[in-house]
Amino acid sequence: MTARIESALAHIGSIEDLAALDTPIHRLDPRAKLVTTLALLVAVASFGRYEVTRLLPLALYPIVLAALGDVPAGPILARLALASPFAILVGIFNPLIDRAPLAALGPVVVTGGWLSFASILVRFGLSLGTALLLVATTGFDAVCAALARLGLPRALVIQLLFVYRYLFVLSDDAARMIRAHGLRAPLGRRPGLRVAGSMLGQLLLRTLARAQRIHAAMLCRGFDGVFRLRRPLRLGARDVAFAVGWCGWFALVRAVDLPQLLGAVLGRLG
Amino acid sequence: MSHHLVSAEDLCFAYADGTPALQGVTFTIHHGESVGLVGANGAGKSTLLLHLAGVLFPVSGHVRVGDWPVTSATLPRVRRSLGMIFQDPDDQLFMPTVGDDVAFGPLNLDLPPEEVEARVGEALERVGAAHLRGRPSHRLSGGEKRSITIASVLSMSPDILVLDEPSASLDPAARRRLIALLRSFEHTKIVASHDLDLVLEVCARTIVLHEGRVAADGPTAGIFADDALLARAHLERPLRLQGCPRCGSAAAR
Repeated sequence: MTARIESALAHIGSIEDLAALDTPIHRLDPRAKLVTTLALLVAVASFGRYEVTRLLPLALYPIVLAALGDVPAGPILARLALASPFAILVGIFNPLIDRAPLAALGPVVVTGGWLSFASILVRFGLSLGTALLLVATTGFDAVCAALARLGLPRALVIQLLFVYRYLFVLSDDAARMIRAHGLRAPLGRRPGLRVAGSMLGQLLLRTLARAQRIHAAMLCRGFDGVFRLRRPLRLGARDVAFAVGWCGWFALVRAVDLPQLLGAVLGRLG
Repeated sequence: MSHHLVSAEDLCFAYADGTPALQGVTFTIHHGESVGLVGANGAGKSTLLLHLAGVLFPVSGHVRVGDWPVTSATLPRVRRSLGMIFQDPDDQLFMPTVGDDVAFGPLNLDLPPEEVEARVGEALERVGAAHLRGRPSHRLSGGEKRSITIASVLSMSPDILVLDEPSASLDPAARRRLIALLRSFEHTKIVASHDLDLVLEVCARTIVLHEGRVAADGPTAGIFADDALLARAHLERPLRLQGCPRCGSAAAR
């Protein structure tokens, strides 16, 4: 279990490393990428529950982002795979519950349940994939700075930054505890409920003690309750064009059934 | 400015559960001095340092830093002239990148952005870490983290540096670099450490704390030669002052 936690965190770190690259996508203002990503999430959520094919043109955005931003598919797909059980669990019972036939692919009848299950998976892939690409091409701290500039309350932004910063420290603490338990537990048994409870309590106490030390360190460097982030953000014409252009594409995909249109055009040509 | 840069007078402090931590600590540290603070675990070293930075306040007695008594009203001034470097770098490096961490203090002083950038550059240059500026703080090595914690305090241009166990968990090469760096500073320095060899190299004067009291205060060489005192304070001679274990020859001086 320890190794799994550690490797999962190493993966987060490796995605963050990509943010240091210098590509046209990386140079865009974080706000432009953040707004476009949020617009994509809204577009994804706005489709009906049985829509699958109409969602697919939205994938153009993450694909372009990854291609122009030099983001390798490997780490992103690995993250998606790790989180996929959640999406599968949400939709796996749909095919059993919703058995009304909705479409036919040749001799195969597709029920509503299978369609909605597929829709959930596509939505999950689009949303999480795009969010991961946002972090990979922008960096978590720049995303937070963009959130602050877009009006998210400072306190919330600081919380996000601190959670991200100390996620690694906290998980190291937890991993060490689990390892120490494993070394003294016979037959490598997992911690029982009682032991796990006291370990969690320990972790909480350690976290509180650390929070006090961090606060003391902040006070020593003149912290007076106001958090001053320095991230000069400059929104240029390119950034605005990027956001407006993509939002236009999302609106078009939402308004017009592009895959059907494409099929009709191809059919006529054929 | 006063030449008595840091002084404590009859300092007493007890933790909330009633455990006494400091019981009448008195000393005066003059401008430009390097002072080692040594003592057993629980002798009160860290507690004393927290009083100097005004993180803790004494039950009775006074602390003065520069021209000011340390009270809640003078804290901004005190913290401007006294830079505190904590034992665990992870407690001190809380910002997303190294540059942000070093800029944190100057930004709190409300300096203009160009001045902040200049100070960040200077401080990182001073500790030989200019190349780490854009890196995330949490993914540095132990030695790099230590350098950045020092830079994050130097950027506020303090007169006094207070370090709590600066060499803890450093590898020998990083520790050696730290010693060279500390020796190159002209600031008044107060170094609490179990690393007595480091104290011997960096500090001309040493204060020994034992059970919340000053057990001795004087030139480092004299204190580390007093075996009875060291034993009483749960300490021992620095390795450099011990005889050679293989040939039995006398220690280097």
